[in-house]
Amino acid sequence: MERILIIGATSAIAQATARLFAAEGASLFLVGRDPEKLRAVADDLRVRGARRVETMTMDAREYDRHLRLIEEARRSLGGLDTALIAHGTSPDQKACQTSFDLTRREFAANALSVISLLTHLANSFEHQGYGTLAVISSVAGDRGRQSNYVYGSAKAAVSTFLQGLRNRLHRSSVHVLTVKPGLVDTPMTAGLPKGFLWVRPEIVAAGIYRAIKSCKDVVYLPWFWYVVMRVICAIPEKLFKRMRL
Amino acid sequence: MVGRYESWGRYPRVRQSAVRLIWRHLSLPVSRDPHRSYLPFGNGRSYGDTCLNDGGILLDARGLDRFIAFDPEEGVLRCEAGVLLSQILDLVVPKGWFLPVLPGTKFVTLGGAIASDVHGKNHSREGTFGRHVRRFELLRSSGERRICSPGENPDWFRGTIGGLGLTGVILWAEIALRRIQSQNVISEAVPAPNLERLFEQLLDSSRNFEYVAAWIDCLARGENLGRGLLFRGNHAGAGSPALQRKSRRGFRVPLDFPVSPVNEVTVRLFNTLVYLAHEKLSSPTVTDYDVFLFELDRIEGSNRLYGPGGFLQYHCVVPLECGKPVVEGMLRLTFRQGMPSSLGVLKVFGALPSPGLLSFPRPGISFALDFPSPGPKVMRLLEEFDGIVSSAGGVVYPAKDARMAPAAFKAYYPQWEALEALRDPKFSSTFWRRVTKE
Ligand SMILES: Cc1cc2nc3c(=O)[nH]c(=O)nc-3n(C[C@H](O)[C@H](O)[C@H](O)COP(=O)(O)OP(=O)(O)OC[C@H]3O[C@@H](n4cnc5c(N)ncnc54)[C@H](O)[C@@H]3O)c2cc1C
Ligand SMILES: NC(=O)c1ccc[n+]([C@@H]2O[C@H](COP(=O)([O-])OP(=O)(O)OC[C@H]3O[C@@H](n4cnc5c(N)ncnc54)[C@H](OP(=O)(O)O)[C@@H]3O)[C@@H](O)[C@H]2O)c1
Repeated sequence: MERILIIGATSAIAQATARLFAAEGASLFLVGRDPEKLRAVADDLRVRGARRVETMTMDAREYDRHLRLIEEARRSLGGLDTALIAHGTSPDQKACQTSFDLTRREFAANALSVISLLTHLANSFEHQGYGTLAVISSVAGDRGRQSNYVYGSAKAAVSTFLQGLRNRLHRSSVHVLTVKPGLVDTPMTAGLPKGFLWVRPEIVAAGIYRAIKSCKDVVYLPWFWYVVMRVICAIPEKLFKRMRL
Repeated sequence: MVGRYESWGRYPRVRQSAVRLIWRHLSLPVSRDPHRSYLPFGNGRSYGDTCLNDGGILLDARGLDRFIAFDPEEGVLRCEAGVLLSQILDLVVPKGWFLPVLPGTKFVTLGGAIASDVHGKNHSREGTFGRHVRRFELLRSSGERRICSPGENPDWFRGTIGGLGLTGVILWAEIALRRIQSQNVISEAVPAPNLERLFEQLLDSSRNFEYVAAWIDCLARGENLGRGLLFRGNHAGAGSPALQRKSRRGFRVPLDFPVSPVNEVTVRLFNTLVYLAHEKLSSPTVTDYDVFLFELDRIEGSNRLYGPGGFLQYHCVVPLECGKPVVEGMLRLTFRQGMPSSLGVLKVFGALPSPGLLSFPRPGISFALDFPSPGPKVMRLLEEFDGIVSSAGGVVYPAKDARMAPAAFKAYYPQWEALEALRDPKFSSTFWRRVTKE
């Protein structure tokens, strides 16, 4: 049965994904920054059938703990088959425009922390020669827009980093999955008005589960975001820069 | 949540805002406007306004959807209050356990099942849902948390079961399950050509069958008055064959009908076809519990068939001995007023006492009728129903109500002031303001 490390395990999308693995008896190592939340998620996954659930409290920006975290997860589950990186924030774009300090912190949460984790995970998975590295990026990383380019550029960094990593790790039979959700109704987006493009986290989780099982490279979730983003990316920059997006 | 906040009958329409509760260890959100009241919201399967809070804030509990502990030896489950009964069944049925009480839809939350103290088709055997609740945690707007059980905070335990969400938010609950040998039910449909026969069947079946409910053709008149079909069943024993589970999205109502397709002509046609289809067939069949218990879940969004105006359900219980005359009187009244009901359901409530302060079930005959388009004519008819029901010593179900007058409510539930005393000072609902008005 699968042994899975999840960073940002208290995220709505991560929880829904973890439930699918728990139901088939997987073992999970959950990382998050709030111990009470972690405990609630861990208990839930145990009842749903997880063989084993361990937790660790950590802020994703504690870079110097990343290497030890991976070793600890490996030791406690007796190996690792999959790592899912799911944490993220929704930066206040307006506030970032007047504060580089805030921008840097948001970049750390959404890009640097992921890149740090992936650096260690890549070496460890390359060494073992199997497994899946799955990361939740976003459609927002496909093109910069005035309304959220701090978030978008952080996700773009993650997506491009993963592309390179996939190319590097292909030879070692390590599967690298980039997940690009569209609009998902989760705490992160609680303040936004919801329309017909929105989906529940369970829908995205099912897509992540399938993509991990079938070794997909990049998935847009739900699929129609692939079409939407192709259209958005096809708009010439000359025109795009005039649009209010 | 994706989607709007409305009740099952989609009447009344109110203006309210909502916040989602996600973590049980966190306190309630602080509202900027101290005058706006809170009300927990489950899955909106209440028909009327017990789950609505006009001008206030709904606390959407569906984010509290985690299991906490399950003891497969003892059959005791602890989980957060926003878990749906359907999700509990998916977890426990494969392990040989079952929920002792299930309403006609499995898409209700644990919190909603407790707050309405719901009943099933097996009331005679298992009583109400609240009887199987061992304890729960209640969060008040003051931030205070109370563990409630028959032994700890018993007043709060009693007040919160059937308490319509007014005593605080139920965060999690521990419930006792029952063993089943198979996930099948052996069931049969028995036709009855008139009310006399239907009542005989209903009372007779309650002795040998766990699940019993009768559908009445509310358009049949004259010598056919009260004709209907009796559905009855028992859990199958060990060794009952595993059935192929059909994918349950039978049919989905995709859009809002500008004009309701439910009218006297279509209902008459439907009722006649249903009756004729079952008129002969009555040999027992083996069905999955899901098919037998949740007939109404087969059409997703069936409430939208009633069109944008919504609909009302009138659900009452009257003492056994008044059952037949009351049902007959109500049916005749619908004809006289030219407002026949589109759907009528009869059940028997047994003697097991309900644990809640404001619980609806009590021994007798339970009768529920649907009425499309809640206009003044229907309102007058239902007021006349109240006259019949109260003089028979019956009561009306708050979870289905959107219209009863304060005087009627206070007469049905004279203990309402005890619930008022337990109500969280910051909690209220459209229903509560309406029925407690001076
Ligand atoms: C098709 C259909 C068939 C039905 N059949 C039956 C039946 O056979 N028997 C029966 O008894 N009922 C039946 N019902 C009614 C239904 O079971 C009840 O109305 C139930 O309370 C709905 O639960 P909900 O989770 O949708 O809650 P809601 O309808 O959203 O809320 C119901 C009440 O629960 C309160 N509440 C919700 N969550 C919490 C919480 N966490 N803490 C405190 N209070 C809370 C709300 O404030 C409200 O007062 C049926 C409904 C439908 C649509
Ligand atoms: N929702 C969408 O529409 C959408 C769209 C595209 C992509 N995504 C991506 O999907 C992923 C999951 O988000 P979600 O939608 O499920 O939202 P969510 O439920 O709000 O989850 C975000 C999670 O990130 C955690 N987190 C934030 N900063 C952290 C830090 N410094 N250290 C550790 N954990 C941290 C949060 O932890 P706490 O619980 O402790 O706060 C929370 O669990 C994110 O990467 C997000 O960017 C979401």
